[in-house]
Amino acid sequence: MSRKNSEGHARQPAPALVFAALGDKTRLALVARLSVGLPSSIAQLTVGSRLTRQAVTKHLRVLERAGIVCSTRHGRESLFALDPEPMRRMEDYLESVSRRWDEALARLKLFVEE
Amino acid sequence: MENKIEKQVELKAPLARVWRALTDYREFGEWFRVALDGPFVPGQISRGHILHPGYEHIVWEAMIEKMEPEHLFSFTWAQVRYHDKSRYSSDYSSAPRTLIEFRLRQTAAGTLLTVTESGFENVPAEWRGDAMRGNDGGWAQQMLNVEKYVAEKL
Repeated sequence: MSRKNSEGHARQPAPALVFAALGDKTRLALVARLSVGLPSSIAQLTVGSRLTRQAVTKHLRVLERAGIVCSTRHGRESLFALDPEPMRRMEDYLESVSRRWDEALARLKLFVEE
Repeated sequence: MENKIEKQVELKAPLARVWRALTDYREFGEWFRVALDGPFVPGQISRGHILHPGYEHIVWEAMIEKMEPEHLFSFTWAQVRYHDKSRYSSDYSSAPRTLIEFRLRQTAAGTLLTVTESGFENVPAEWRGDAMRGNDGGWAQQMLNVEKYVAEKL
């Protein structure tokens, strides 16, 4: 399905991008790490991990393109921080759809078991 | 994060009964709360309107995909951009669609029904505007789960 970027929402990443960005254990681990700490530099995120600086940078850029992570310049290095909004929106949406199914299936159960 | 929803429910009713409740348009309408214009036919569009109080203005539109007796019933449906009456539009021509699949399996107690809805990656952010808000607790818990899951991976 092709879709043009809708009016005034240029900043909002496509959900497919969010899912793709999160569909990787290394990136999920980076997200988890950023979710509990302060904005971190690439060097800080590389310490204690089995990844190279280059690998961390590459994964952070994927997360940044999906709008999950944002970076700010701080002197000579970039600091990366989590922006939970895209994930939160998707989560909320799936949660509401999920709740509607629970209600519908509860009615179906009553309907066929009576 | 999953991009589909899966639900399972064990029904104390035989396969044939459950199949009828899913695929007879009048019976489907009873529990799904939708008034449908006619029977489900694979390859054809099913129309009707929602019966949920407060949502009666919303048109139901689904494309029936598969009807494999007592085994699989599937359709795609259009996502509704705005449920709110003042902004709602019944033109679904450009609406993103998700796929609904009902799978049935016989069990000792009756029927195991698995429902999946997939394709949420096709639903742009601006279409999720008036979905009900979840709570932040859920999200925080989710993050802790992720953290636990990947703790040793990095």
